[in-house]
Amino acid sequence: MSAQKDRWVSSLVFLLFCACSIPRSGSASVQQEPSPQHYFSGLEAGKTSLAFFTPSVSPGGQPFLEQIESSAEALQDYGVSVVKVNCPREDVSRYCGKENALRKAFLFRGNRLIREFPTDALFDVNSIVANVLFALLFNEVKYIETLADLENIENVLKGKSNMVFAYVPATGTAEHRAVMEAAFVYGTIHQFVLTTEAALLKATSHDDPDVSSAWLLFCHCQRATDPAQPCRRTALAQPLTLLSIHRHLKLMGAPLVTEVAEDPEKISTVHLQLGLPLVFILSQKETYEADRRTAEFVAWQLLGKAGVALLSRDLVDLNVLHRSNVALKTPDEGMPIQYLVLEDTDEVITLVEDKNKVKQIQEDEQEEEEEDEDEKENNNQDIQDDQVVEAVSRDKKRELPLEQILVLTEENFHSSLSKAAQTVVLFYASWEAVSLAVLRSYSEVAAHLQGTPGVLLSRVNCWDWTGLCSQENVTQFPTMRIYKEGRQSVTYGGMWGTEELSSFILLSQVSCPLKLATLDEAEGFLRGEFPPELSSHLHTSLLGVFSAATSKAREAFEEAGNILSGHVRMGMYFEDDALALSRKYSVSPPALLLARNGGRSVESIALSKHSVQDMVQMIRYELLDIFPEITVPNLPQYLQLGKPFLILFSAGDISQMESEEMLKLAEGRPQQAFVACWLNLKKTPVGHGILRTYFSTPPSLPVLLWVNLHAGGQVFKFPSEQPITEMNILSWLEKLQAGLEIPSSTLSEEDWKPPLPAYDFLQMMEPSVPELSLRPGDTPAQHPPRDPRGDTAGGDTATREEPAQESTAEEEVGSPGRGLRGTAPRLAARDKQGKRHSEL
Amino acid sequence: LGLALYAGSLCVVSGAAFLYHDYCVIGAGPAGLQAAYFLQQAGRDYIVFERSHAPGSFFALYPRHRKLISINKQYTGKSNSEFNLRHDWNSLLSHDRRLIFRRYSRDFFPNADTMVRYLEDFASLLKLQVQYNTAIIHVTLEKHEQAWNGHYFILTDQDRKNYKCSSLLVAAGTWVPNVVNFPGSEYVEGYETVSINPEDFTGQTVLILGRGNSAFETAENILGVTNFIHMVSRSRVRLSWATHYVGDLRAINNGLLDTYQLKSLDGLLEGDLEDLAIVKDQKGKLHITLRFYLENRNISAGIDSITLPQDELDNFATRAPYDRVIRCLGWKFDFSIYNRSLRMMPGKGNIKKYPQIKPSYESRGTRGLFVLGTASHSVDFRKSAGGFIHGFRYTTRAVHRLLENRHHGVPWPSTVYPITQLTNSIIKRVNEASGLYQMFSVLADIILLRENTTAFEYLEEYPIGVLPELEMQTGRKARNGLFVIIMEYGRNFSGADKDVFYYNRAVGEAQHAWQSNFLHPVIYYYKRLPTEREMRLHHPDWPLPRPDAIHHIVEDFLTDWTAPNAHVLPLRRFLENCLSTDLRNFFAESCFLFAFTHQKLPPSCQQGYVRMQGLVGSQELRHHAVKAGLLQDYSHTDFSDDRAPDSHGGSQEQMMRDHGIPVRPLQHLVTTKDE
Repeated sequence: MSAQKDRWVSSLVFLLFCACSIPRSGSASVQQEPSPQHYFSGLEAGKTSLAFFTPSVSPGGQPFLEQIESSAEALQDYGVSVVKVNCPREDVSRYCGKENALRKAFLFRGNRLIREFPTDALFDVNSIVANVLFALLFNEVKYIETLADLENIENVLKGKSNMVFAYVPATGTAEHRAVMEAAFVYGTIHQFVLTTEAALLKATSHDDPDVSSAWLLFCHCQRATDPAQPCRRTALAQPLTLLSIHRHLKLMGAPLVTEVAEDPEKISTVHLQLGLPLVFILSQKETYEADRRTAEFVAWQLLGKAGVALLSRDLVDLNVLHRSNVALKTPDEGMPIQYLVLEDTDEVITLVEDKNKVKQIQEDEQEEEEEDEDEKENNNQDIQDDQVVEAVSRDKKRELPLEQILVLTEENFHSSLSKAAQTVVLFYASWEAVSLAVLRSYSEVAAHLQGTPGVLLSRVNCWDWTGLCSQENVTQFPTMRIYKEGRQSVTYGGMWGTEELSSFILLSQVSCPLKLATLDEAEGFLRGEFPPELSSHLHTSLLGVFSAATSKAREAFEEAGNILSGHVRMGMYFEDDALALSRKYSVSPPALLLARNGGRSVESIALSKHSVQDMVQMIRYELLDIFPEITVPNLPQYLQLGKPFLILFSAGDISQMESEEMLKLAEGRPQQAFVACWLNLKKTPVGHGILRTYFSTPPSLPVLLWVNLHAGGQVFKFPSEQPITEMNILSWLEKLQAGLEIPSSTLSEEDWKPPLPAYDFLQMMEPSVPELSLRPGDTPAQHPPRDPRGDTAGGDTATREEPAQESTAEEEVGSPGRGLRGTAPRLAARDKQGKRHSEL
Repeated sequence: LGLALYAGSLCVVSGAAFLYHDYCVIGAGPAGLQAAYFLQQAGRDYIVFERSHAPGSFFALYPRHRKLISINKQYTGKSNSEFNLRHDWNSLLSHDRRLIFRRYSRDFFPNADTMVRYLEDFASLLKLQVQYNTAIIHVTLEKHEQAWNGHYFILTDQDRKNYKCSSLLVAAGTWVPNVVNFPGSEYVEGYETVSINPEDFTGQTVLILGRGNSAFETAENILGVTNFIHMVSRSRVRLSWATHYVGDLRAINNGLLDTYQLKSLDGLLEGDLEDLAIVKDQKGKLHITLRFYLENRNISAGIDSITLPQDELDNFATRAPYDRVIRCLGWKFDFSIYNRSLRMMPGKGNIKKYPQIKPSYESRGTRGLFVLGTASHSVDFRKSAGGFIHGFRYTTRAVHRLLENRHHGVPWPSTVYPITQLTNSIIKRVNEASGLYQMFSVLADIILLRENTTAFEYLEEYPIGVLPELEMQTGRKARNGLFVIIMEYGRNFSGADKDVFYYNRAVGEAQHAWQSNFLHPVIYYYKRLPTEREMRLHHPDWPLPRPDAIHHIVEDFLTDWTAPNAHVLPLRRFLENCLSTDLRNFFAESCFLFAFTHQKLPPSCQQGYVRMQGLVGSQELRHHAVKAGLLQDYSHTDFSDDRAPDSHGGSQEQMMRDHGIPVRPLQHLVTTKDE
């Protein structure tokens, strides 16, 4: 196939070469002429040249100059030389005058001026070649504007010669150039007619043509004798290029029906050379006239798609069935001729179209095999690489212990909420992995909280009750809410772990902040003994102390409590004797008392800011530890500070000495610029992964690291030979700041790119729907004429589309992976020999 | 509202007897009531005009044999109300759970009287503003600069009462019976009046003109009592199960095909009705002849002087005389009431029974005039369900949303999600959305990406025909690329003469999803909104212009697209590659590791873990992830028995390596690449 293509491409090149009136050797480039006088004196008669005049001091950088230089080679093929003439500074003659220099180019034949071109009409190589040829082929290519013009030309040509009628949306386009180049070669054989009028396009093509696409018709006027009838027309179905026009004209120029009197195996016609099949109508002496008519009829139908030959059985000894009446020869080498018995001319046409189809399939299959090879390389793109999805689907057979959890539906949702004082609802989607992972933790929470009075755990599957979920404004899965009677629901915004969920549910039981009525209650609250339902729950207590005069601060505190509800144990005391409490802890209201570890130490903080947001932020900050143990759940709280980490990795608990030294360091500078913390590798084994990333050889433990998490990502290691003391660390930090230490490692800066490629369906679809590959908006004229179906001229388009589309259907049968899985569960997966079958 | 009041008062001042409303709806059928519902919900000033004394007057008469062919599925095995609407073709959309059609009828193909009753309830329970017994007989325009569209619509009813409106919603349906005129057509009975009592046809020979559902419904009714029935029409029969178009012949009506193909005397013929002529003989029998024979001849001269085809061709197919000829040729839109200035033009070709409208359902001739319901079917004639209740209930909602944006500054409803919810939001919609499913290839969900692709905005059921105008029509911005989610049948699967039962018609593998034949979700990705020009020039077989990337979710036997590996995973990879990011979920522990080893975090850690919403995961799950090689278990490692550790940045690479070679026995059962 490709060999054939090459053959006719080269024949075309050869043709063009011969067509050059003045073949010349050497590479084409712009000739330089020192002066106009020199140039005009050197002009030979009959020689065509395109000249432009430039002042000797060229301004340079003119885009026109670049374009014209690159068009020199193309124009040389048509015997046109491109000449740059230098104008002496003092020259103000016709061509060198100020207004002409570089604004116009001039086309001379001999020393006669044929045409002046404004340089803005010569914007690229296509426009230069198109316009120059248009000027040269003034007689060969008729430019028309009305339908009447076209009809006149047609009438004149009838019985004499054929006409090539082309519509281009604008002159100077690539299509215009293609038409002109074709006219250069074929202009003496056919009459070329060109228009840019969209109205003419509409008059000559059916349906609704696309005026932004070029369109070419071959009008068979030579054969037309009846002056009343218009010439038959055959449209070019491909986009207009020199090659496609050449191919089309060659096909149109071939005899309609070839008479053959030799072995069909040896026959070769234009059609076969151009990669099209050849249909033989087998004829006998007795039926010759009828056969000839049939052949002509078929030939008109297949014009441009296949050749038709009339094979006389009387002259050739054929070793085939006597009944056979049609034979088909395909351009593929080595394919035997098919002899067939057909009853209808339609069958012949379908046969040819099917052949094209088969060819398409074979090509597709080849591509598919290549694809298969590609696929082998990234075979694992259909293997799950999402740890959560994979873990959940591996766990799906396990029955979850969900008996404790009430199933809510659209019907019972509202009635259930009103039954319990507090209802916890998990909204989830049963197909979604994260939801299902959380559901597993939730079932553990249910087991954990079993028997806790006043708490009802429930769930809503949003896949079943989508209306309910959208009514409740649940847009993300999972969402956990706590509904309390007569109060606004609280949406959970913490870690989806069993402990965190349980703690939230328990803390949510009491109001936040809790109003404490007596001093005893307040003291009990700080010790973690009050309220009794939270006594089992170790948590830092936060008590707001307010006097009657500080109602504004109190309101803000209450508001902050609403936001922090479930996350912080908050109480407030504003009785008359609040002063006694404040005196005990030596603060003046409004103030906060912060009791860590069951009230063993109570910190007091004066409340100076009264905006809710500030207060929430302040409370969150105050709750952070000074020298925390970093764990998976608490890291985000410290990450938010946006500071570098000074972190001590330890194989277990850290020693008393290290702890004290680090604490000193941390407390020593309250506004410090780093987070001092430690990590217990026993409790947080993933720390091993961190160390492994930082160090090629494992360091001895404990190891103290400075990690610049937010800026630069350098990791520094505290020298292991030094003991971990406040003084040593401080001097090391100074050296770090001074840039005297070398980082042990740097955090990866990589973006999180797609782990694997996706299936490129667009690329897979393109071969079967070629039109798709033409992106509307590229070059307008690339589009084939739009769908002039049902008319002889448009026959090409319609059938060209069809085989392409059919092929997808055909191919579906043959391509792999077409098992039962779509229609029924696949029981035996090994019946996938589809492709092999279609090959046999 | 201010404008409305102003306009209203203006009318009073000028003294003209106009009753003003912002919105006028013509017709209280399903589409008119549906539009009224949305207008009422939005608190708009509107009125519905109905010529009859009750809603749904078309259904009071049609179908003549009273059986609706829209399915009313009682059970789907699912409680998802949105999903169940996919199989409920009769209900209108409302918040009222009483107004679900299956509460009205238990029949799979309900009686038309039930539809009338349903529509009455719909109008009364929702207290819709319907003015009955008002036939609009003339509609004209009154130019006015301050009007929404530069003009008011002036409606005149049968009592010459005038109404003035800013926007006109035409939901009048197609109710004018199609009639053909040929010599002898006066002997033809119309579907609208023909007897529906089978006894009236006992022992008769019947010719039916037309080949739609009404023709077959008529035939079905009398099949058992007639001598034989012949059916003639220009086009061949189009079976809805082959074309996937609900307006074609439904299997419930096709008893005559059976008797024809089993040679039980009934039969189908193709021929142009325009060429036909009918002559009556003295016995009252009707003979078929051709108009051609009648030329230059006086038909009243008696049958003997007229040539019948069988005189020349003695085996002419319809040579037997008929007792009755019935015309069942469908209906067309009533163009007569619109003033010429409204330029309500019939469509071209096979959509000439519908008025010309744009893909936004606005009339091509008049701004501010929208066509709803059956009359709007030209947008998707012979393609989707826009001419039927289960389709136009969604397109009506779409029109309402366009109007809300245009006249009241209410942008198209949308929800903003973090990018981590991208896969989920698509999977949720393609599995339950009814509008996408019924109005396949016409309505689309649109995902508008926000800057830096950290979040996205989700718009439901937007008409894809006006995709280029999205920003103007919805009031939303599409600057950072968009996804368009639609449902499609395989490109070459449906058609009048296609074999839709061929072997291997269904695709199973995700990598061949683009060849799926049955309805399946398709996602188009555009880096920028397609332009008008691209929309106009796109390939006719494609619903949309060429995207920058496309994804097909492989068709599913159960229409359940939630399989983690076959459906969700390829979708995620597609989205990841369009956005150039990693959309995997990670357990908190992985995020913890990344936080200490990477300067940037994947979106799921960034938007979950870092905001203190990490997924801790139960012991079992983490154990499974470790076994799958997707999570490293460090709890038993100590540094002595360690293999050569990676340098920095290695953890992710290690994960990649690990999941490349997991032992996945199941994987081999469902793929063939191992062969």
